[in-house]
Amino acid sequence: MKNTALHPNDGKLALAHIAVGYIALFLGAIAGLLQAFVRSGTLELPAGIGYYQLLTAHGVLLALVFTTFFIIGFLYASMSRTTGDLTPFAKKSAWIGFWLMTIGTAITTVMILLNKATVLYTFYAPLKASPWFYIGLTLVVVGSWVSGAGMFSQYAVWKKKNEGKPSPLLSFMAVATMILWIIATLGVAVTVLFQFIPWSFGLVDKINVLLSRTLFWYFGHPLVYFWLLPAYMCWYVIIPKIIGGKIFSDSLARLAFVLFVLFSIPVGFHHQILESGITPFWKFLQIVLTFMVIVPSLMTAFALFATFEISGREKGASGLFGWVKKLPWTDVRFFAPFMGMLVFIPGGAGGIINASNQMNQVVHNTLWVTGHFHLTVATTVALTFFGISYWLVPHLTGRTLTPRLNKLGIIQTVFWCIGMFLMSGAMHTVGLFGAPRRTAYTTYGDHPQALEWMSYQTIMAVGGAILFVAILMILYIVINLAVAAPKGTEEFPVGEVHEDAEKTPLLLENWKIWIGLSVVLIVIAYTVPVIDIIENAPSSPGFKFW
Amino acid sequence: MHLHRLEKVWLLIGIGTLVMFLTIVGISAFAQGHHPPSDLTTLDPQKVDTTEPFNQPGLKKIGDNEYELVIVSQAFAFMPNDIKIPEGAKVHIIVTSKDVVHGLEIVGTNVNMMVTPGHVNSLTHTFHKPGSYLIICNEYCGTGHQMMSTKIEVTKA
Repeated sequence: MKNTALHPNDGKLALAHIAVGYIALFLGAIAGLLQAFVRSGTLELPAGIGYYQLLTAHGVLLALVFTTFFIIGFLYASMSRTTGDLTPFAKKSAWIGFWLMTIGTAITTVMILLNKATVLYTFYAPLKASPWFYIGLTLVVVGSWVSGAGMFSQYAVWKKKNEGKPSPLLSFMAVATMILWIIATLGVAVTVLFQFIPWSFGLVDKINVLLSRTLFWYFGHPLVYFWLLPAYMCWYVIIPKIIGGKIFSDSLARLAFVLFVLFSIPVGFHHQILESGITPFWKFLQIVLTFMVIVPSLMTAFALFATFEISGREKGASGLFGWVKKLPWTDVRFFAPFMGMLVFIPGGAGGIINASNQMNQVVHNTLWVTGHFHLTVATTVALTFFGISYWLVPHLTGRTLTPRLNKLGIIQTVFWCIGMFLMSGAMHTVGLFGAPRRTAYTTYGDHPQALEWMSYQTIMAVGGAILFVAILMILYIVINLAVAAPKGTEEFPVGEVHEDAEKTPLLLENWKIWIGLSVVLIVIAYTVPVIDIIENAPSSPGFKFW
Repeated sequence: MHLHRLEKVWLLIGIGTLVMFLTIVGISAFAQGHHPPSDLTTLDPQKVDTTEPFNQPGLKKIGDNEYELVIVSQAFAFMPNDIKIPEGAKVHIIVTSKDVVHGLEIVGTNVNMMVTPGHVNSLTHTFHKPGSYLIICNEYCGTGHQMMSTKIEVTKA
């Protein structure tokens, strides 16, 4: 595949998404920094700003806006790179999607800033926000669907032109990610459109709380895989090229993505393990399915380290671990995502603990959980997205990653890891002692059990401050790469499959089968409990406690 | 599809470990009764004050060092306040909410459950060690969430 720049129009499209993503990252990080200081008891917020208002902004801007915009930008860039210039339909869909999502984000953010939606990013009923908060979120989701339609059509057009050939791996993965996203967001769309919006406008008095929570978590868990899969795209396809190796196996990579589409959705109950109204049997069934989704991650770990070892040995490494020295440690395009991979080992292990049925009781709603997803999404995914930005942004703007910016990126990665080690480490530890998540500074009347937590909360603030410095560094680098770095051609690295790898079976691309199976699993896991919830769970009026 | 020999070993160990984990938590849950709190009882969330047993929140002795503790949670407090329990007491905790979703956690124990309006949640805990235990709400419920707490005093028998 030639290394030519994307068509300028496609580049502009990807860049617009990435720009909004980074603006959200900056705003969300400011909220995060302030929260860390409030929680440590060293700061009282001025001007009537609330801790929970900041927390809502932090969650929405980082977990929903930064991720979704960056991902869609990266997926479109990947499709344009591997299937050729975007078709007029794909381009139009992408821009309509972009504006819907941007307008939605703006409405939601304004509602949060006006203190009309201090319901956190999970917006659990019966806390009732302004209807415009929900409408804004709806626009973000609908916009992402329109973008998805554009990607699907781009993929279909390529398939038609290249009958009998497997699609380019990167595009296959982009399509799999959007399929997962669309199936998942159906749940949150149903609850927002049919429950939250009519209720918040006052058209109905009450809301079925358990149903809304169940539909939310039907979406809430695959959401984390929607964040993770683009990172896996980078690990599977981009990283092999950067280290001068080959993709271990095209078909196993595709199989891993198919397994994610199948198993990441019918698992939402593992976020509701301690909840009334759902029987232990259905909880356990979904926990078994949750464990199935660990398998493709194990496959991914194997494939990545196989790629590292094979490429190291092909470069002449000897001994059991000689290949480690052959990895390009000073290349930030490799180093940042690699640190993300390493962090995913404790991150994933923590996730297994969280999902382990009655074990969840030890950690549920404690700071342990906050520590967990600051490893997974806020380190593994975030560092990989930064790692992509180092080459994607200059590739799109016709500039180059200079040695100086590369070095700064390495320092940024180290700062991120140190800051996160302190913050997430303290969160995990104090969470095991019982300190609750999503809670402003309090000593509970100087209760001795709560006083034990204070020094950990101080460490969290120290870690948070280091992370904020790292945020400023990545913003400096990205802005530089966008407008100031020297002109030139930065490579969009796309790995090639190892010659020893097997031919890809076309079955893997038969989406009818995989989407069908996914629907079957969802129906098995959810039908009986959801009917039960609709029939039996009482509805509740709304409350505004902020 | 062909799998590399080492990949087969790796996946076998991985999947084997997962099966083992599931078996252990499954046996503990279904054979030994350590289910996570999953009470199926419901009530009208607007009539908590007139629905038994929540019309009389508090501690009731129901057997030899065995108690029923009925708790009503509402923004931003638990009823009753400041509970006294003798060491070694087996306590059946029953809780509901009068308004939004709360969480009930007794710090330093495995007592941790979601409290959803319209639903009752329950679990049983034996307090083996004397001391002051903090009960906190661990689900965001509004601007006063961080104040929502009470205490259990476990007294020496």
